[in-house]
Amino acid sequence: MSSRPRILPFCLAINEALHQTMARDRSVFVIGQGVKSPWYVGSTCRDLLETYGPARVIDTPVSENAITGTAVGAAIAGMRPVVVHPRMDFMMYAMDPIVNEAANWHYMCGGRLSVPVTIWAIVNRGGEQAAQHSQSIHAWFAHVPGLKVVMPSTPHDAKGLMVSAIRDPNPVMFVDDRWLHNIEGPVPERLYTVPIGRAAIRRLGSDVTLASTSYMSVETSKAAEALLREGIAAEVVDLRTIKPLDEGLLLKSVRKTGRLLVVDGGWRTCGFAAEVAALVSESAFSALKAPVRRLTLPDVPAPASRSLEKAYYPDWRDIARAAKRLVRGDHPRST
Amino acid sequence: MIRIRLCEESFVEPILKRDVICPVHLYSGQEAIAAGVCAALKPRDYVFGNHRSHGHYLAKGGSLRAMVAEVYGREAGCSRGRGGSMHLIDPENGMLGSAPIVAGTIPLALGAALAAAIRRDGRVVVSFFGDGATGEGALYESLNFAALRSLPIMFVCENNLYATHMPIRACRPRVSIHKIAIPFGITGRRVDGNDVLAVYEAASRAADRCRKGGGPSFLEFMTYRLRGHVGPDDNVWGAHTDLRPRAEVMRWRKRDPIPRFEGLLLRTRAADRSLLDRVNRQAGQEIEAAHRFAREAPLPRRSELKRHVFSA
Repeated sequence: MSSRPRILPFCLAINEALHQTMARDRSVFVIGQGVKSPWYVGSTCRDLLETYGPARVIDTPVSENAITGTAVGAAIAGMRPVVVHPRMDFMMYAMDPIVNEAANWHYMCGGRLSVPVTIWAIVNRGGEQAAQHSQSIHAWFAHVPGLKVVMPSTPHDAKGLMVSAIRDPNPVMFVDDRWLHNIEGPVPERLYTVPIGRAAIRRLGSDVTLASTSYMSVETSKAAEALLREGIAAEVVDLRTIKPLDEGLLLKSVRKTGRLLVVDGGWRTCGFAAEVAALVSESAFSALKAPVRRLTLPDVPAPASRSLEKAYYPDWRDIARAAKRLVRGDHPRST
Repeated sequence: MIRIRLCEESFVEPILKRDVICPVHLYSGQEAIAAGVCAALKPRDYVFGNHRSHGHYLAKGGSLRAMVAEVYGREAGCSRGRGGSMHLIDPENGMLGSAPIVAGTIPLALGAALAAAIRRDGRVVVSFFGDGATGEGALYESLNFAALRSLPIMFVCENNLYATHMPIRACRPRVSIHKIAIPFGITGRRVDGNDVLAVYEAASRAADRCRKGGGPSFLEFMTYRLRGHVGPDDNVWGAHTDLRPRAEVMRWRKRDPIPRFEGLLLRTRAADRSLLDRVNRQAGQEIEAAHRFAREAPLPRRSELKRHVFSA
C-alpha cells in the first residue's frame, strides 16, 4: 500500500463503485435518463456504456414512472438495478413504483421476495434553477417503511454507500447533491462498503452536537472550524444514512454535549430535522441543556434570483451563528 | 376454469359472514383469460397481476390452499397474511405478485421482461391489467419502452367493460383498446376473452413471438365480470351498487366461458358428462378442504407485526 491515499472527486467515487460492482456481479445494471450523458449525471457514469454495453447501461426516454417501475420489477425478478434520476424533482412521477411497489413488496408478500433496487436521486440546485430544479425531498422517503435512505457527504462514503446500496437486498434511496460532485477526498481503490445505518463523527467536541446530512455536512464542518476559533468545541456528526438512523451514535453525542443543532438541506415542516429533534427529545431529554434547534431550508419553494437564493440556502456562517446562540443560551424563535 | 370459478364462488358466504374481511375482487366470468393465457406459458415464465388476480395466481400454478388461507389472513397464506386477496405471490411458479394500484404492476412486469432480456433466459412475461388501467400514463410509457427494447412481454388487457364503477364508454372516447398499442409499433389484437381456446391461441402466438425475439404484443380480451367490482355484490341496477343493466348481465351470463367450453367438449366428445362431473366434484372437495384448513390455521402473531419490513 502506498503511504499517500488516492484522492478522487465525489462523482468519480460513485463511478468507481458502479464499475467495480458491475464487473463483479452480472445482475447489476444501470438504467435512467442520461446515463451516457455527463450533461445529466456528471462524470458518475463515465465509461460504463463503453465497458458494459447497452444491455446493462440503459439510457431511457423521459418516462420516470415506467422506468423506475422497470428497475423495481427487474429487482423483483432477481436483478440488482441502479435507476438514476438526474434530478430528484422529476422523480415525483415515480412515486408509485418507489412508495407503493418497491417499499411494500417484501412486506406484502410476507417476505417471500425482496427488492434489491438502488434508486439514485441527484439533487441539483443553485444557479438560479428555481423551484422545480432544486428540491431535496429525502425526508418523504425516510417516512416510508421498507425504504432505506443514504446521503453521503464524502467521496469515501459515496463509493462505500453506493456499493452497500447495490448489495442490500432492500430498496435503497441513494441521494446525493451535485454540490458535492467535485469535492475531493481519499478513496481506497479496492472495493469496500460503508455500512448503511452508521453515522460518522467528523470532529470531536464537547459544547454542542451538530448533526447534518449530505452537502450540509460540508458546511457544518466549516462551521465547526469557525466555532473553534471562537472557543466553541462542536462535535460534528455526519449522519450519512437517514433511514435507518444511527440513533446510538447520535444520542451518545448529545448526552455528552447536552446540545443539538440539526442541519438539513430539506424543508423545515415535517422535515428530517424534525424527526431527529423528536428522537432526541424522547430519548435524551434529561441530557439536554437547551432545546434542540433546527437549521433547514425555510418552508419556501426554491427561488430563482441570486439574491433570494443566497437568503434561501444556509451556509457555514448560518450554522456557526445558530450553534453559537445555542451554546450561549440565546434562543430566538426562528433560525 | 372450473377450479377458479368454484373457488371464487366459495368466498361469497365467508365474505357475507365476515369470516373473510379483506377486499376480495372476484374473478368469476373472466376465467378463460387466466386459464388460456397461462396455458400458453411455461412454469418459469413470469406473471404480474392486479387487484383481481385469484385466477392469475391459480392458473399459473399457485397453491389453492395457500391462496384461500391468504384471503382469510392466515400465517399459512401465500403472503403469510400480510397481503390478503390483492397481494398474491408464488415465485416458484413465476407468479411474481399482484397489486391493486391501477397499472402499478405494468412497469414491474416490464422490468421482469428487461431482466429476462439482459439474462437472455428465454422467459416470457405477462402483465395482466384491466380496461381501467388504460387511463394510466404508466401503460403508455411501458408500451413505448417495451417496443423500444423489443422486450419479451405480453400486455394482457382484460376488458370487462367497467373500471370500478365507470362503464367504459364514460372512460374512453373510443373503446377499441387493442388499437392503443399500434402507434408504438406493437401488434394489438382483440379476442373473445370468454372463449378459452381463442385466448390460448392468441396467447400462444404472442408468447412465441416473445421467445423468438419478436418483442411485445398487446392482447385485448373482451369479457365481463359476473360479480361486481368488489365482493359478492353484482352491481346490477337496483342493487346496493346500482351500476349495470340487468339485461346486460343476463346477456353476458349466456356467454359464460365455462358452460361454453363444456358444451364444446361434450359436442366434440373430448369429454363426457361424467368426466366433467368428476372435475367439478374434485375441485369442490379441494376447495372445501382449503377453507377448512384456512379457518383452522393460525393468524399471524401480534409479536410479528414488524417482521418482513426489510429483507435480512
